[in-house]
Amino acid sequence: MKKYTYSETNDTRSGFGEGLHELGKKNPNVVALCADLIGSLKMDAFIAEFPERFIQVGIAEANMIGIAAGLTIGGKIPFTGTFANFSTGRVYDQIRQSVAYSNKNVKICASHAGLTLGEDGATHQILEDIGLMKMLPHMVVINTCDFNQTKAATIAIADYTGPVYLRFGRPKVPNFTPKDQVFEIGKAITLNEGKDVSIFATGHLVWKAIEAGNLLAEKGIDAEIINIHTIKPLDRNAVIQSVMKTKCVVTAEEHQMNGGLGDSIAQLLSLELPTPLEMVAVKDTFGESGTPDELMIKYGLTTENIVEAALRAINRK
Amino acid sequence: MTKTSSVKDLQQLARSIRINVVHMIAEAGSGHTGGSLGLADIFASLYFNVLNHEPKNPQWSERDRLILSIGHVAPVLYATLAEAGYFAKDELLSLRKLNSRLQGHPARDHGLPGLELSAGSLGQGLSVAVGMALCAKADKKNWHVYSIHGDGELQEGSIWEAAMSAAHYKLNNITAIVDRNNCQIDGKTSRVMELEPLREKWKAFGWDVFECDGHSYTDIIKTCEDAKQSVFRPTVIIARTKMGRGVKSIEDDFRWHGKAPSKEEAEDFIKQLSA
Ligand SMILES: [Mg+2]
Repeated sequence: MKKYTYSETNDTRSGFGEGLHELGKKNPNVVALCADLIGSLKMDAFIAEFPERFIQVGIAEANMIGIAAGLTIGGKIPFTGTFANFSTGRVYDQIRQSVAYSNKNVKICASHAGLTLGEDGATHQILEDIGLMKMLPHMVVINTCDFNQTKAATIAIADYTGPVYLRFGRPKVPNFTPKDQVFEIGKAITLNEGKDVSIFATGHLVWKAIEAGNLLAEKGIDAEIINIHTIKPLDRNAVIQSVMKTKCVVTAEEHQMNGGLGDSIAQLLSLELPTPLEMVAVKDTFGESGTPDELMIKYGLTTENIVEAALRAINRK
Repeated sequence: MTKTSSVKDLQQLARSIRINVVHMIAEAGSGHTGGSLGLADIFASLYFNVLNHEPKNPQWSERDRLILSIGHVAPVLYATLAEAGYFAKDELLSLRKLNSRLQGHPARDHGLPGLELSAGSLGQGLSVAVGMALCAKADKKNWHVYSIHGDGELQEGSIWEAAMSAAHYKLNNITAIVDRNNCQIDGKTSRVMELEPLREKWKAFGWDVFECDGHSYTDIIKTCEDAKQSVFRPTVIIARTKMGRGVKSIEDDFRWHGKAPSKEEAEDFIKQLSA
């Protein structure tokens, strides 16, 4: 098992904030919008340097999505920022019609996704957003795993023309991916080559997949670990190539089993390469209040859950 | 695009638009007749006098932007665009048919020139107008944004989110036009959900409010000119219209909101329009 280390933990939303700020210096067309959550989205640095390129819309997310669609008319690249719940479920029809169906170059940037929002409880812990967004034609869906990757993705999506959903979160997590990585939309990253089981993870579960790989190695199991930061378009080739070798699969994500990464991979494999598959995901239930760690344990999204899933998957070969 | 202020010309253009609307919807067998007829005079005035646009160069960067927020009256938009030369009138009869660029509700996905937005689900156009107007301000452009709304559509809360933000950002480069025909699918707006006092609502949200007779070319054009003079505030024109205008037998009848005429009815409508 390849060794991964990190010198700091950091929140992915701060990676977004730093990426946005850097993008502001690089690309004069980038504009940012926020619905009264500047601090939570870490947009302060961008706003301080480029006040004329920031639009505060107040607590009116539907309006924010429409304004962003309108701003694209002169070649501007709008980045909207609010919590994941208010970025998707609350404004689904606005995104569907005024952004996706109208093919507008809007970047929907969503923080506080998943259970790790913690104590605020289920109203804010959206676990359905990947599914909502990936079902929309034209929409690219990205869920990054750490600070560095979120920063790189934020910068990269400005160079892509078309609507993008970028999902990140609140808790501090190990920052282990390279500082100056180039983010390639739709390109899976193989973190460890192995032959016994393929573990496809996204977002905060990627580090846990690495930890699971270490535990599996102690048991003599050689896990292939792949970071799927882009859920749509899915890197079909990477999935198929890996599964042809390992012949069993685990998916891991901080999202409902319905509509998430596991669902995308299950669909691909059942059509092209039917393979035993286990999913580490939330099983058709809402979250609740608690610390992020408590919630990840209660809802079955831990390193140990990934290890167990891998053993089950291997047994089903 | 050369503009005309001649009432006679505009009358002739609006009549042609109305006749095409009836033909198109009858041929399609479904569609929104009442509102499309009711807006014909406003569309003729906008596309042949008020708007700066180039039908042969639909992406002209200095064009005024027109957003049709009520996508269901697509027939009047399509008939007007064809009348103005954006595409051939022959294509109008493909409305609502498979593989047509003239989708039941306007869709940018299908390649029809002259569409700024896909619309159909109500209450979204004003937010997009705000975005466009902010873009024009940021880039110091002089083009103006017009958005067309139904009166029933104003029941959508998102309209008022957009209204609040347009005033906040002092977007004097937006003019919203409300098709005030007092009708919506389920009946009179006053019965379905009261909108009055409508003037005062817009005023309270920080807009300069104008009213006009939505069937008088001179009044529509003059009011649009007045609205454009606003220095700080976004402007709204409450245009008093009649659903089904031009076809006496269905005028002001909300049952014609979403109904298509049969072939026989269409013939009769066209006779009434040609009279
Ligand atoms: Mg009406």
